Amino acid sequence: MKRILPILPLLAVVVLVQLVTAWTGTQYYLTQMTMAAYYSLLIIGLCVLMGYAGQISLGHAGFFAIGGYLSAALTTRSLVPFKEAALVRLLDNCGMLHAGKDLYGGELLVVTPWAAAVFAVLVAALIAVAIGIPVLKLKGHYLAMATLGFGIIIYRLVLATPWFGEADGISGVPPFQLFSGVTVSGETSVRILNYYLAWGVLLCGLVLLINLMQSRIGRALRAIHGSEEAADAMGVNIARFKLQTFVLSAVFAAIAGVLLTHYNGGIGPSEAGVMKSVRYVAIVAVGGMAHLWGAMFMGVLLNFLSLRGVFGSYDDAVFGLILIVIMLFAPDGILSLITGRKKQAVTVPTVQQDREV
Amino acid sequence: MAILAVENLHRRFGGLHAVNDVSFQVAAGQIKAVIGPNGAGKTTLFNLVSGALTPSSGVVRFQGKDIQGRRPFEIAALGMARTYQNIKMFAGMTALENVMVGCHLRGKAGFLSSMLHAPWTWNEEREVLGKSMELLELLEIGESAHVLATSLAFGQQRAVELARALAMQPSLLLLDEPAAGLNIYETAEVGRLITKIRDMGITVLLVEHDMSLVMDISDEIVVLCFGEKIAEDLPAAIQNNPEVIKIYLGE
Repeated sequence: MKRILPILPLLAVVVLVQLVTAWTGTQYYLTQMTMAAYYSLLIIGLCVLMGYAGQISLGHAGFFAIGGYLSAALTTRSLVPFKEAALVRLLDNCGMLHAGKDLYGGELLVVTPWAAAVFAVLVAALIAVAIGIPVLKLKGHYLAMATLGFGIIIYRLVLATPWFGEADGISGVPPFQLFSGVTVSGETSVRILNYYLAWGVLLCGLVLLINLMQSRIGRALRAIHGSEEAADAMGVNIARFKLQTFVLSAVFAAIAGVLLTHYNGGIGPSEAGVMKSVRYVAIVAVGGMAHLWGAMFMGVLLNFLSLRGVFGSYDDAVFGLILIVIMLFAPDGILSLITGRKKQAVTVPTVQQDREV
Repeated sequence: MAILAVENLHRRFGGLHAVNDVSFQVAAGQIKAVIGPNGAGKTTLFNLVSGALTPSSGVVRFQGKDIQGRRPFEIAALGMARTYQNIKMFAGMTALENVMVGCHLRGKAGFLSSMLHAPWTWNEEREVLGKSMELLELLEIGESAHVLATSLAFGQQRAVELARALAMQPSLLLLDEPAAGLNIYETAEVGRLITKIRDMGITVLLVEHDMSLVMDISDEIVVLCFGEKIAEDLPAAIQNNPEVIKIYLGE
């Protein structure tokens, strides 16, 4: 239980923020706090991959986009033309389809949000496996470039595919009723509920990852980061653990993509952009690489500021600048400047430091 | 019975024949030493046995199984542990956590049960913690358990590395220069420790430069020179072997 205790004060802060916005009549802040929480879900997943397992990824916006775009397309693109196809009929019989009317009163047949979400996350996981097996053999700059390539491919695919709305993206994504009374939706009437829902999801994700890091698996991951050769000799199946971590972080990204897309009611190609991936890496670095709390805190803070438009048109430039400044002056993360925390595990994550005889 | 058998082992690095047609056996329960001048191929031999390097040709048989070409983590699972000449601590982890990684193979907790902190993993965690602490105390570094391993003194890091290897409960332990960088008192201590490990039923194969240590504790000695085996005998016989004397002292 000891490891979970720091969650309680955080929970209190989450409630306090909501109450303060209610008293001061500034509830509109909750919208950005909700979105920032979903982005932070991706950030903490990436933190495990980068900070603990020591693998860099410049393609995580791609996994976010896979989750977001697939659930958006499946819940908005009508299946009426394929009504007679065997697959569509099968899905319908399983209760995975939802009939309704579109804006102009025409017949509409779409996949239910639950089915679409599960499918989207599964696809993201499968793609992570397919990409991860060849790519995780690479180290350092080569791994960064290969994942960057993956990110660019996803970006270009959504931009060129009419089914994904090309440059316009997909809008009109319906609310996602998780269970009775709890719906992921951007409507003002459920703003407070969604604020708590997003933070609930984020804190659950955080608890799961904290548990993971303090377990046999977490020790093995940190051992891989410390010395691959020695971890190998201890019986740690390095290739498998790297892949599993990669898939885990991709699943976190995809879940964030699914939920945020339903919350926003749509998704656009900028969510798949390379600059988004760079931003996520920058935030993990600011948080201190191997520091889940720092990553989460910075994820919420920086995303919130960015969503509020504090950085104006210089948004991406600010995150680039943050990356440079952090690497130069506080490679252990911004919190290390305050606490003086020094950790040798926080050099460039994937450069092999073992010298061989 | 031989726990480890090396047969006609070769390894070439480009034009360099680092290990050239080496064969020997290690009987279960003995301490066997590999000695030789710098560049004789001792560490290469260790890397070939533990799977860190793949032999150009030849056979490595461990507990009756051919293991040449297998990955180190697979060989570790068969019961072989090793330490390194230049210590390889897991940076960013405490001494205790380092040793706990040594228990990796005996654990079962996977990603899901770890994330959920499932009750059936609690017992395993407690056992791993207890066992690791016990080993640190056996090596008399229990008080440093919660210190970052890389910030420990050199001799203590050696001890952590040894505890980590013992945590694997190996049947064969490879020690690469366990006394390197230690003074004569510490070296004698390491010697007693290795004998103790042998008495626990663990077979030991070691590479060592310190002749007095090797002569004191080894049951048998293999001598390598320029990648070739030039002698294999009891310590007393090695000391009087003219060819070995020639290598170490010159003509």
